Amino acid sequence: MTLHNDTVSRIKDKALWMRRRAFKMVHDAQLGHPGGDFSAIDVIATLYFGVMSYDATQPNLPNRDRFIMSKGHATGALYTVLCAAGYFPESWLDTYMQPRSLLNGHPNRNYLPGVETNTGPLGHGLPVATGIAISGQITGSDYRTFVLTGDGELQEGSNWEAAMTAGHRKLGNLTWIVDRNRLQQGAGTEETNGLDPLDKKFEAFGWDVQMLDGHDHAALLTALTAAPTGKPRAIIANTIKGKGVSFMENKASWHHGVPNADQFATAMKELV
Amino acid sequence: MAAHASAPKGLSDCREAWVTTLESLAAEDDRIVVVVNDSVGSSKLGGFQKKFPDRLVNVGIAEQCMVGVSAGLANGGRIPFVSAASCFLTGRSLEQIKADIVYAGFNVKLVGQSSGVAYGELGPTHHSIEDFAWLRLFNTLTVITPADAWETAEAVKWAAAHEGPVYLRLSRMPVPELNIENRVFRAGQAELVHAGSDVTIIACGTTVHLAASAAEALQAEGIGARVLNMATLNPLDETAVLAAARETGAIVTVEEASIRGGLGGAVAELTAANHAVPVERVGFPGFVPTGSVDWLFKEFGLSPEGIAAAARRAIGRARK
Repeated sequence: MTLHNDTVSRIKDKALWMRRRAFKMVHDAQLGHPGGDFSAIDVIATLYFGVMSYDATQPNLPNRDRFIMSKGHATGALYTVLCAAGYFPESWLDTYMQPRSLLNGHPNRNYLPGVETNTGPLGHGLPVATGIAISGQITGSDYRTFVLTGDGELQEGSNWEAAMTAGHRKLGNLTWIVDRNRLQQGAGTEETNGLDPLDKKFEAFGWDVQMLDGHDHAALLTALTAAPTGKPRAIIANTIKGKGVSFMENKASWHHGVPNADQFATAMKELV
Repeated sequence: MAAHASAPKGLSDCREAWVTTLESLAAEDDRIVVVVNDSVGSSKLGGFQKKFPDRLVNVGIAEQCMVGVSAGLANGGRIPFVSAASCFLTGRSLEQIKADIVYAGFNVKLVGQSSGVAYGELGPTHHSIEDFAWLRLFNTLTVITPADAWETAEAVKWAAAHEGPVYLRLSRMPVPELNIENRVFRAGQAELVHAGSDVTIIACGTTVHLAASAAEALQAEGIGARVLNMATLNPLDETAVLAAARETGAIVTVEEASIRGGLGGAVAELTAANHAVPVERVGFPGFVPTGSVDWLFKEFGLSPEGIAAAARRAIGRARK
């Protein structure tokens, strides 16, 4: 239990650093998607600092666990976690979205070590993650594949094609986390094109389903390290867009809003 | 030229060369896997499935998933051949091809079956005449259209050995073997099928043998037609095209595809920018009316007569 507590404490520290650093990137670039960064950061920090097996100095090891960031616009979350995990030096973060930067607005695997595939258009991550899991199934490898999608993103039909395939093939090595912040770019998911009941939909597609608080590191750690069941696992992480900064929380406008100097200073005071 | 159950004497259904070569490669390299959209039969993959049941991934009728899954398989170290009717493979999953395969740079081989107007009477929904224009725009995707069974086998072998994304555009339409001695397959290089200096006919895939017949007919009239088999559309053999423009002064392009943006478009772009000569484009102007493959080919000039007529037009324009 002490080990577990130490891990949770480390995840919490990393998540705080990621929020502060991601917001600085967005502030400096005056570009980015901070609302979705902040809803996803606790899930991603838990994966990299409590769940996944990887070696940042050898990013292409065949048996590494894989993480696919399907909501590719949340690069503030992805780039800060890869940096914190040791894939590249912190100075690279200062180049975010600058001309010829390796830190494009959406991730490119050919630019950055640790990026598993190029994402940006929505509905691409789950099919790719499904293919990675099938490859492991074919070769009998024991690596695990984790994919994080947004929730608004689930309006893309390609997700449901892959959900069928993964359920049909009983991909117990695949875990799909939904960042369920209930807001998409323009409005709430339920008023735009409703997704609920997501859990029942996933169950009908042959997945084990769990719902939890996507900002509760201990709960995330327990769920993401649970023993495999022989079915793919879906975790609906209930989250808050803009989590951690009072004026951003639950505001769709912070999907791609960027802070002015005063807002940045306020956020830094709150993120401690 | 209709889709026969087995090819008429002297002609080959190149799908046989495709599967025979693939099975042989797969026996040697266990990284090779196949991804299909319920297209085992139409891709003639029944034998592969029997030999390597665990290495055939059938995602059902779900092309976006099919292409995304293939990117994931490549991430896992597999060498996926995605085999599906080219109309659905390229049209339905174009964004997955763009983002997941080409932009991400995964080592995936996209194999478009029954391309062009092979589905004849089934109509434009099932024709794949836009794929050249769509896929040629991806500068890091190699696009290859074999002309006969020999070239199909060589192209499959080349694709398996090449590190990077490839689109192989195959056909189910029986074609004769090209009569060329000492052939060597060279991706990215035009192949000389017939020598000549009055006009150049640049063809690919199922139309190359028709262009060769046209050249023989023109020869009888005293017109020397150079015929190039442009199996690789992307990257285009610009040296061969510009040499043709300089040395013969008139060009005809022939493709079982739209005349917009494909081989004809590529040749017209290149020559207009570097060495302008008349370019006559033989192919389909857009959606075609109902008809058999044979009828469509003849109606739109994909025949020795039609190609020879286009050559005469090109020469006539060059002389003005």
